[in-house]
Amino acid sequence: MKYLDEYRDRKQAEACARMIAAVTTRPWSIMEICGGQTHAIVRYGIDELLPEKLTLLHGPGCPVCVTPVGILDRAFRIARRPGVVFTSFGDMLRVPGSSDDLLHVRAEGGDVRVVYSPLDAVAIAEREPDREVVFFAVGFETTAPANAMAVQLAAQKKLRNFSLLVAQVRVPPALEAILAEPGCRVQAFLAAGHVCTVMGTGEYQPLVDRHHVPVVVTGFEPLDLLQGVAMALRQLEDGRSEVEIQYARVVRPEGNPAARRAIEDVFEVTDRTWRGLGPIPHSGLGLNARYAAFDAEQRFPDAAPEALEDPACQAGLVLQGRLRPQECPAFGGRCTPEHPLGAPMVSSEGACAAYWLYRRRRAAQVA
Amino acid sequence: MCLAVPGKILSISGEETTRTGLVSFGGANKQASLAFVPEAKVGDYVLVHAGFAISVVDAEEAALTLEYFRQIGELSELEESK
Repeated sequence: MKYLDEYRDRKQAEACARMIAAVTTRPWSIMEICGGQTHAIVRYGIDELLPEKLTLLHGPGCPVCVTPVGILDRAFRIARRPGVVFTSFGDMLRVPGSSDDLLHVRAEGGDVRVVYSPLDAVAIAEREPDREVVFFAVGFETTAPANAMAVQLAAQKKLRNFSLLVAQVRVPPALEAILAEPGCRVQAFLAAGHVCTVMGTGEYQPLVDRHHVPVVVTGFEPLDLLQGVAMALRQLEDGRSEVEIQYARVVRPEGNPAARRAIEDVFEVTDRTWRGLGPIPHSGLGLNARYAAFDAEQRFPDAAPEALEDPACQAGLVLQGRLRPQECPAFGGRCTPEHPLGAPMVSSEGACAAYWLYRRRRAAQVA
Repeated sequence: MCLAVPGKILSISGEETTRTGLVSFGGANKQASLAFVPEAKVGDYVLVHAGFAISVVDAEEAALTLEYFRQIGELSELEESK
């Protein structure tokens, strides 16, 4: 496919990796933020092409992984209510809460439906006016405009049976939290290309100014990732720290103005708890007062106690790049995609799932 | 979750918030909202996420990235032939 295949050339990737090795004088650690980038790196073996001195740390950019157990349990309770149609992107269905997942809820009779776009959920609400249609609004800034537009559309159509269960998160505050952690090893970031397609680069300048850490907005194909690494490396070796854009074919410094306006119209910045990382100030989005009528938490109030995480799950350390998935004692034993302890093992953007999919067989062969 | 795929706009219908494109992804066609890319025209490639185009692919910038790798490839062949 155009704009994908030509960025996967093996020979060019190897030549770039040799160039990177030739200019690396010291050990450096670079964190890729997005779980989609982590999967591409592990799948194509990009980390193995790079010189030993260069370490890629996997970041927290997996919205499925950081959705807190409390919100998941709440989603399950809402989805079990008679008269509710609970809609979600497919990647949320197998994510474990404290004792359940959406697939189980569906097997027990809950009306859980997978949608491709939040607009599909709005269409269901229009078609089935006697049902309460709830959309599970999980995601980073990339997904926020689509969810905002769904709410705007529902408001225009005066739909009273549509609501969002919001677990929307923002990247920059999470990077601040990672950098503030004692012993943080991150020296540069590859920022998430699609988050910045929407938001632009303005939010990252204060972070660069405060922490003197290079930020390179990077795409998702092998050549994109290698060029992103090369740009971050050049900054590190030169002693510079700037915001640069590798993924310039879709990312503009100002982002997407129409998409940002939709976010600003519907959402407001809130504090949010990240699964595995804990509470992070200003790291979430919630519906603002004007659209409060579309808030599923208000429509289906309940006061269940906050659920606890399985203590054997080390997802928090994995999400901060402090533990490699295969270093976790539960990896491949107590925790597998069939019986996950935490979300990174089942998410298509989870680091544990990436190592399970692409590195497990090889590890077995070596052993 | 942040997965977004580039596809070519084959046709456009509707206006403003309901502006929609029929987008071809390597031959598989799907409708996508063009509400966030008012500048998009038929024949443009757009990056689509969750049913919404969020950016028009800039062909010149796309070519520049490939040019960077072409040059690295040439340099590397020169080195090898030394």
